[in-house]
This record gives sequence, structure tokens and C-alpha cells, in this order.
Amino acid sequence: MPNDTRIGGDKGAFPTTRWSLILASRSEQAEERHRALEVLIAAYWKPVYKYIRMRWNKENEEAKDLTQEFFARLLEKGFLDSFDPERAKLRTFLRVCVDRMVGNEEKAAHRLKRGGEMQVLSLDFASAEGELRQIDVAAPGDMDEFFAREWARNVFSAAIEQLRADCEAKGKQIHFRLLELYDIEEGGKDLTYEEVAKQFGLKPSDVTNYLAYARRELRRIVLEQLRQMTASEDEFRREARSLLGVELP
Amino acid sequence: MTFLSDSALDRLRAAADAPDLSGTRYQLIDKLGQGGMGGVYRVEDTVLHRKVALKIVSAFDSGSELADRLLHEARVIAQLEHPGIVPVHDVGTLPDGRVFYAMKLVQGQRLDHHVAGLETLAERLRVFGKICEAVSFAHARGVLHRDLKPQNIMVGPFGEVLVMDWGISKVLGKAEANSSGELAVVGTNHGTVLGTPGFMAPEQARGENVDHRADVFSLGALLHFMNSGTSKAIAAISSKAIAESPGDRYASVHDLSKDVANFLDGLPVSAYPESWMTRLGRWADKNKAWLLLVLAYLIMRTLFILWRAE
Repeated sequence: MPNDTRIGGDKGAFPTTRWSLILASRSEQAEERHRALEVLIAAYWKPVYKYIRMRWNKENEEAKDLTQEFFARLLEKGFLDSFDPERAKLRTFLRVCVDRMVGNEEKAAHRLKRGGEMQVLSLDFASAEGELRQIDVAAPGDMDEFFAREWARNVFSAAIEQLRADCEAKGKQIHFRLLELYDIEEGGKDLTYEEVAKQFGLKPSDVTNYLAYARRELRRIVLEQLRQMTASEDEFRREARSLLGVELP
Repeated sequence: MTFLSDSALDRLRAAADAPDLSGTRYQLIDKLGQGGMGGVYRVEDTVLHRKVALKIVSAFDSGSELADRLLHEARVIAQLEHPGIVPVHDVGTLPDGRVFYAMKLVQGQRLDHHVAGLETLAERLRVFGKICEAVSFAHARGVLHRDLKPQNIMVGPFGEVLVMDWGISKVLGKAEANSSGELAVVGTNHGTVLGTPGFMAPEQARGENVDHRADVFSLGALLHFMNSGTSKAIAAISSKAIAESPGDRYASVHDLSKDVANFLDGLPVSAYPESWMTRLGRWADKNKAWLLLVLAYLIMRTLFILWRAE
């Protein structure tokens, strides 16, 4: 699978412990802190770039600089210290931070001044720009909603890649292919289970079972990501409810 | 990384929430809607080869409060075998831990959409009468609906009316009826406010114990919605049904529906004292064809007598 950024690491890079991402981002150990932030950046850099382009109406190059600037600050120790999960979602906190940074002209001047010292991240802005051209952003009235949707798109894109890899590793390519057919490709929903079963040489009940497996795994991966991207049980449940419409036990 | 279009993203979000029907007799077709408790899906029953609806709770835990409420709803409906109440076929837990029940797939329109297509008040009131029949039947079996509103009532292609969503219904203990005739509520979460503003009785909104007159209130609000201010008599019936104090409302759904039926038949309406002239006019309007025939006969008879007299 081609990664469009080197940061974020491999597909299985999400830490397995609950809330470890936020805790690790505040760690005294630079390596642990850096790794956690890399995962955070992988999940958020595209939404942040697109948000700056659309909300602040910035040109491509300026939006790239501002995105780099934002995540360079994120990598600095203490950036997330002011985040209080009791008061806001991490997603909202990051968006407000972006607004504050971009909206502050003095900070923009400072950005130019510090330029050379800034750590430059390897981010595939061309892919983000290409995606922007495919999104209907004629009038994204509510930019909070726009940011949330781009974040959801990133979460699901990453989950799909992980699911593809998992299915390949387990020899369940047909399971993944059925999910692609029904839930990603246009027009897949119009096919009956009988038609698909014939096409893949399966029984119709296999189609039900294989699809159920792929969807269950997709949900598991997405929830796993949400666990990492949220800072409290309450935030996790709220995000799961808004992203998937599910109530967790 | 795979770019997901808006429509693909929406499909995947729905897919990640899709019920796991593996190993069951049901095959998913599509999602019909989403409510506070969970989703309703159109599925194929692969054993009986028919389409049914599955109501599936959104909580992945068969011991959750939502799951309990869904089971409660299924059990309540199972006790209410009536043409105006959607029948339950099956209940169980899916492999993903979500509780579901299967019910008849209702093909039709929600009441609010259906009413918009009805031209006369009489047509609307006949639909209202059928809703009252179903609710009155439930009351007779000690069940309060507590969430009657246009969105919870379906009207089928042949005019059949189905009262849906019994998720927050209350089962009343008949044995605990007190001397005033009010029924004590058994097993309630007293103080919990469930229902829909605008259609909910004030005592229900305050989280107090309620009796069947809370449903009388909701039906009065429904009647007001269906009347659209066209008839003063119906407005009066509706006002009586939605009185602030339960004691000022109709004593039963039957009494309310009787007043509406009386209005349709040109008979006196208890909530709206009319002059005999007004009532005569309404009676004449209802019996227009018959009256015209009598009138035509009388004119012919008179002309015949006059002709014979010459």
C-alpha cells in the first residue's frame, strides 16, 4: 500500500493501549512523544491542510507552509498540555488551534522569521490538493462540519488500507473485495447477493457472512483508531456515536 | 491512501454500523430509518421468502438499557394483536451483540405525509378514528403508548392505519387501579422524561406518573394537527383533549373518538355546543343526496296535485 506520508509509520502503528496517544504525546521521553505525535499528524494533516485552504481561503503554497508550521508546533513539547478532554474534543481543540494560529498575523510574520529552523515534515500535499478537487466544497457553510467530515474521511481511508492489508494477510481477499464492491464502488448496492454470489462462485449465504466479517473488522479498526484519537471514554463514545451511530457497551 | 468520495464515505459509515446478520435467516437489503433507540432495516427472510423489517438497537450490548427497552417494546406489541398495531414475528440477539425484533414490513406513508394528500376533513377524521381504535385497544389491555405523533403512525396503501414505536410505552397494573379509577404505573423510571415536545402531556413532560389521559392529550394534539384549523367543532374537541389538567380532558380515548364520530354523523358534540340551526345545517350537508331526492319527490308530488286540481 502506498503511504502518502512517511510519518505515521506502518499500518499497525496505532498504539494498542487506550488513551496512550494523548498520554504519550505528553511523555518526558522525546522518542515516545515523537512517535505518538507522528500518529496524530498522520490522522490530522490532511483535514488541517484542506481546512486552511477552504476556511482561510489560502493559496496552495501558503496553506502548505501553515500546515507545516502547525504540525511543527505540535511536535514541540507542551503543545497538547493545554488540551482538557473534559472541555472539548481533541478534534475541536486542534481546529481551534489552527484558527488561532492562522488568524494571528503576528504569528504569520514569526513563521517567516523562523523558517529555516522549522522541522519540515514529509507530507504529500499533491494528494490532498487532488482530493480537494474531488470534494464538493462549493459552499461548506459550516467549517466545523467540513473539518469533521475531512477527519472522518481520513479515518476511514486509513481503516480501509488496514483492512485491505489484514484481509490479504489472512487470505480473505474476497471478503475485502465484497466490501469494496458493496460499500465503496458506485452502483454496488444495486447488485443482489445472488448475482454477486454467482460472480464470485459463492453461496448467497457466504456473501452475507463474508460481508458481515469485513464490516465487523472495519468497525473494529475504526473504533480502535477512535480510541487512540480521543482522550477520554466519554469522548470516545461520543465520537463513535457521531461517526458510526453506535452505542458502545 | 484510497480517496473516498462523499458517497463512498457515507456508505462506509453505514456499513460499519450495519447489523451482522451472518448465521441468521435474514439478508440485509437496506436501511429504512434511524430513531433514538436504533435503526430499522428492510431484510429478506430467507426461510419464508418474504421481506420483513428488523428493528435493531444501536447498542452492542444485549444488557444495555436500550436493549431492554427494545425487548420491552417487542413484548408489549406481541401482547397487542390488533389490525392497527404492527405485528412482531421474532426477537433475538445478533452475532454482534445487538438486540433486534422482526416485524411486518409496513409499506405506506407516515401520517404527516399522508394527511397532506387528503382533501377533505372527513377523510382525515376517519384516519384519526382508526388511530383511536388502536390506542383504545391498547388501553383496554393496560398499555399506554406515550409517544403518539404523526411520525409514529403509518398509513398503508389501502387506508390501513398502524400505530408504531411502542418503545417508551408503559404497562399499567390493572390490579392496582385505585378508587378514582386511575391506574398505578408498574415498573416505571419515575422522573424520567421520555416523549416528544408538542405532543407530550404536561404531566409527562414534568416526569410525573401518567395514566391513559396522557395519550388522550397526544391524540388531541394529533387531531389539532390533522384539523389545520378548518373546523371550530373539531378545534373544540382537540382543545378539550389537550387540556392542561388531565381531569379536564376526555375521560377516555373512546369518549374522544365518540365526539369525533358524532361530528362526522352530524350529531351533538359534547365539547362544542352548537345551535340547532348549525347542527341542522351540518346534518343537511351530510345527507345532501337523500335530502335532494325527498325535495325532488315533494316538488313532483305538489306539481302533480296542482295539475290534478286544474
